[in-house]
Amino acid sequence: MTDRPIDPDVDLHVPAQRAELHWPVLGAISAGGALGALARFGLQSALPAGPADFPWATFMINVSGCLLIGALMVVITEVRPAHRLVRPFLGVGVLGGYTTFSTYAVDVQRAVAAGAPLTGLVYLVATLAAALVAVTAGMWLARRLTRKRPVGAR
Amino acid sequence: MTVVLVVVGAALGAPLRYLADRAVQARHDTVFPWGTLAVNVAGSALLGFLAALPAQGAAMALLGTGFCGALTTYSTFGYETMRLLEEGARFHAVANAVAGVVAGLGAAFCGAALAQAL
Repeated sequence: MTDRPIDPDVDLHVPAQRAELHWPVLGAISAGGALGALARFGLQSALPAGPADFPWATFMINVSGCLLIGALMVVITEVRPAHRLVRPFLGVGVLGGYTTFSTYAVDVQRAVAAGAPLTGLVYLVATLAAALVAVTAGMWLARRLTRKRPVGAR
Repeated sequence: MTVVLVVVGAALGAPLRYLADRAVQARHDTVFPWGTLAVNVAGSALLGFLAALPAQGAAMALLGTGFCGALTTYSTFGYETMRLLEEGARFHAVANAVAGVVAGLGAAFCGAALAQAL
């Protein structure tokens, strides 16, 4: 195992994160979570979906949030050390509050209950696949954009 | 008004995810992300319950969109799965993805069934 965290919210294998349980960290998470949830609420209100429809808003929210967490974690764990409140605010708060697992699960359950199990199944699999591709793409993009060119290289 | 309820719910849900994740990790020292699985399953059960109740509106904005939405997370779930793969823990990565989806979905169905039984 490397010293980079597995769990981006908090990983007690990282000594600095074991010691970070203070009010400013909780405040940053809370404020970020509220902002992320507002963005999610706005998108879901702009693109409403009935129980039997494909929930495009939630799909796009979860996939874009995965792209962003991949990029964010590469920047703060591989490129340069960030201020101690950056991960709590942006990663745990904003992206954690923006993306949602509960709506994903309940969207599938409601599609089945509304007589559209195929829509539910497609949504279930498509979200998972797109989210994992998005995390990888976010990590790849961040590594590529921040890669230092060797001195003297053109 | 709805916006305020979403904000208040999320301002509580997000730090609770962090604290619950810490508490689970402090008790189970493994690479498998049990903490995230626990909050995602709990939030899916609660939202399944709320969404199946006849009364919606304010309670749904506060507890559903705000609290459950911020308590649970897809970005953390997705990132952990890819990090486990990156570390060569292929079994853990697949188990995390499958367990997350199956347990979250099962919890949503149980929550809805409970609401309908009441």
